[in-house]
Amino acid sequence: MISEPPMTEQTLDQLQRAALSYFLRAVNPANGLIADTSRDNSPASIGVVGFALSAYPIAVERGWMTRADAVERSLATLRFFRDSDQSGSPEATGYKGFYYHFLDMQTGVRMWRSELSMIDTAMLIAGALTAAGYFTAETKEEIELRRIADALYRRIDWSWTLDGNATIRLGWKPECGFLNYGWDGYNEAIVLYVLALGSPTHPIAGDSFEAWTATYQWENLYGYDFLYAGPLFIHQFSHAWIDFRGIQDRFMRKKRCDYFENSRRATEVQREYARRNPHGFAGYDESCWGVTACDGPSQQEPELADEPRRLFGYAARGVPYGPDDGTLSGWAAVASLPFAPDIVLRTVGTMLDRYPENLSDLQYTSSFNPTLARADRRAWVSAGLFGLDQGIVLLMIENHRTQLIWQLMRNCRPIRTGLSRAGFRGGWLSRRASHKNHTNAHSQ
Amino acid sequence: MPTRNNSTSAAPSDRAERERRNNVRPDGWCNPVPSARYSLVVIGAGTAGLVAAHAAAALGAKVALIERHLLGGDCLNVGCVPSKAIIRTSRLYAEMRHATQYGAQIPGDVRVDFSAVMQRMRDIRARISRADSVRRLTEAGVDLFFGAACFTGTEALTVDGTTLRFKKAMIATGSRPDTPSIPGLAEAGYLTNENVFDLTELPRRLLVIGGGPLGCELAQAFSRFGSKTIIAQSWPLFLPREERDAAQILSDAFARDGIEVRLNTRAVNVRVEGGQKLVDLVSDDHKSTVAIDAILTGTGRVPNVDGLNLEAAGVDYDNTDGIRVDDFLQTTNPRIYAAGDACLEHKFTHTADASARIVIRNALFLGRQRLSALTIPWCTYTDPEIAHVGLHVRQAHDKHISVKTFTIPMHDVDRAIADGEEAGFVKIHVKEGTDRILGSTIVARHAGEMINEVTLAMVAGIGLRTLASVIHAYPTQGEAIKKAADAYNRTRLTPFVKTIFSRWLTWQR
Repeated sequence: MISEPPMTEQTLDQLQRAALSYFLRAVNPANGLIADTSRDNSPASIGVVGFALSAYPIAVERGWMTRADAVERSLATLRFFRDSDQSGSPEATGYKGFYYHFLDMQTGVRMWRSELSMIDTAMLIAGALTAAGYFTAETKEEIELRRIADALYRRIDWSWTLDGNATIRLGWKPECGFLNYGWDGYNEAIVLYVLALGSPTHPIAGDSFEAWTATYQWENLYGYDFLYAGPLFIHQFSHAWIDFRGIQDRFMRKKRCDYFENSRRATEVQREYARRNPHGFAGYDESCWGVTACDGPSQQEPELADEPRRLFGYAARGVPYGPDDGTLSGWAAVASLPFAPDIVLRTVGTMLDRYPENLSDLQYTSSFNPTLARADRRAWVSAGLFGLDQGIVLLMIENHRTQLIWQLMRNCRPIRTGLSRAGFRGGWLSRRASHKNHTNAHSQ
Repeated sequence: MPTRNNSTSAAPSDRAERERRNNVRPDGWCNPVPSARYSLVVIGAGTAGLVAAHAAAALGAKVALIERHLLGGDCLNVGCVPSKAIIRTSRLYAEMRHATQYGAQIPGDVRVDFSAVMQRMRDIRARISRADSVRRLTEAGVDLFFGAACFTGTEALTVDGTTLRFKKAMIATGSRPDTPSIPGLAEAGYLTNENVFDLTELPRRLLVIGGGPLGCELAQAFSRFGSKTIIAQSWPLFLPREERDAAQILSDAFARDGIEVRLNTRAVNVRVEGGQKLVDLVSDDHKSTVAIDAILTGTGRVPNVDGLNLEAAGVDYDNTDGIRVDDFLQTTNPRIYAAGDACLEHKFTHTADASARIVIRNALFLGRQRLSALTIPWCTYTDPEIAHVGLHVRQAHDKHISVKTFTIPMHDVDRAIADGEEAGFVKIHVKEGTDRILGSTIVARHAGEMINEVTLAMVAGIGLRTLASVIHAYPTQGEAIKKAADAYNRTRLTPFVKTIFSRWLTWQR
């Protein structure tokens, strides 16, 4: 039997702290914006900012950041969004309470002709509400923080995103209106729907969630019954904020499952796929997996120009139908830690042991590809770091260790209201919100 | 609009074409003197019309069959038959280029001989045209009239001035390509299924507008022949009616073939400059222009309802959905029925065939067979093929049916692995808690062959439990269906049942 390298609490601590350091380095302190990646000239990503706002409470709890520092960072961020240009012009920051996906790090105006992103705005607001749930002291700063978070949430016109349809549209651009991405099937959008349903000002109708779940596919694949989605991140991102253990919507009640258990099964499906390894890629086995949306190798890189295999660059890789070019994401394995801790700890240990190049200063790179190993036998590794990857690693390890973010959001009224309106029942949702030292119900 | 492919064709007038013409519209044909009254007059000699005419005549009815263009309709002349013939050749070229994946050497000179491709297609088309030739029809006792039909009342019509009276009539006039209204397209010239098989030279650069079945099949075939091919689809995925995963696998297959895939993209303007066509494409806020040599449109089909004077016959219709029929395929004139593309949502050869058989029973023998009772499979013959039968998951949800899907990736099927044909899956949807098959989607190299087993099971009321007990020859790709049934059987082994079995076996020791 092959012995797996042990993963200790100390290692998890190191990984979390390293992930946090991304937000400390990639920030513009003046406006709180965080760069999408560590690459040159990267714009800010509003989704990454949402993770940063959620990361600061973890840092405070673990003693890596003073409360005052965390409040200051959070306030700078929230004030920027409060005061940002909401005209919806091509050079604005947002429209109808939503924000463009990518913003200029200095000025905060739209970059790359990016879309007004509903899901990334949801992650930003989830971060703001996390901060509001944690910084509950009756100090001038923390009161202001909570008020701004509340105001940002209230001004979002979620109902506008339906555009006359049953389900939420993914994006909008001033140049062409709503984008037509056909966003059907299970995806990372539960947090978006929950926030949209929980709004006290501009909620979407409850049947929107039902309309979305009507596009779900419940499949028996590799012997596991689960709500199918190919890329692993889909089974993780909403779980960064929402504790789905034991709560069920109508769909999951029928299936006698819940989204948490579903993500555990999705983890098993990843292992089964890697064990089968239908394309024969190097490194894949049941202790080395993580097929998800990530950066990846591309023939546009000069050293890969002659690679005969198809390479996909940045793509939503998934199992079992691909696309798959042999690229794995270590962070995606880590982000499944709460769902299947034994399996994931073994996997993470193995992957770090085999492919230490997957980490850069203990921070997860976006991906690595052992099939494209270079002369030194080290895997191809994605250049730089991506903020979303650092955020999900930090939050999911914390949820595994202390459930801090889940606890905060269990007490968040918009989340509770949204889940209820989506039809979720049972578990912690049927109990009253609890209040710990650092948390209070988010006041509205 | 391009002129319709009348009795003339731009294809080379070789031996095969002469044979086909002789079969489907011989020169010098003289229409017969009509009978006083026909049991059945069939308008349109495509698949539905031919099936109905042969069947009715065989049963003793006095039948007249009227055809405006060519016997065999689109399927034989400009549809299924020629497209499948060239797709076969294109697959061979793709396999030759990827010979090393099969442990073989790539032939030294893989050179596409397009004229040979089209010659083979014409030979096959001519051969298949023998089955429904003028000679066979007349030998079967069918009065065949070439010309345009026009109703003059509820019981009569004319063919080029000759009046035919009928007890019953069936309209099977088929459909034609729905050409997109893009400024400059008509002036620049374009291809549809009606003239693409007349090509004598391979376009060096081809833009396919439309990601439906025809567009997808021909984009892949022409790309494999060597055309630098772009496919522009206005929807976010190809084949909007199919499952997302199926469409995704197809997108990946296209990319592997070197097709430039432009999803969410509309062609908005066409112009000709310097002997090449320039097409402006728009995707959300992104605009681009592509230079190409030929444009193929495949943006759907519209029913042929013009010129029939249906008002005189008391037959309701509209230009989008075609002839209005009830579930018995009867029109608003009780004497007149319709079949095939002229009235059906599912415009396939096999549904035309099936609907014509319904009409024969209902029109001539007081039958009450319903269209809605049919279980209709279909297949898009890309590589891999995408086949479907029954309900999609979304449709089942709309009917408030809880669905569970048993999925077998083709990479779990030994024969698919041995064949190097692992792209795809078998998905069988059952009603949750039962083994009753609601529908299935198969993506596989031979999905069109495989879907027939699931269709048979659905029609015969066979569930997954029974399918699991059917021995499938090993190794076959069709074994994927058995594996799905086995997966269902395993879900019956609940923890409780497992405990009982375990105790039984312990007691037996």
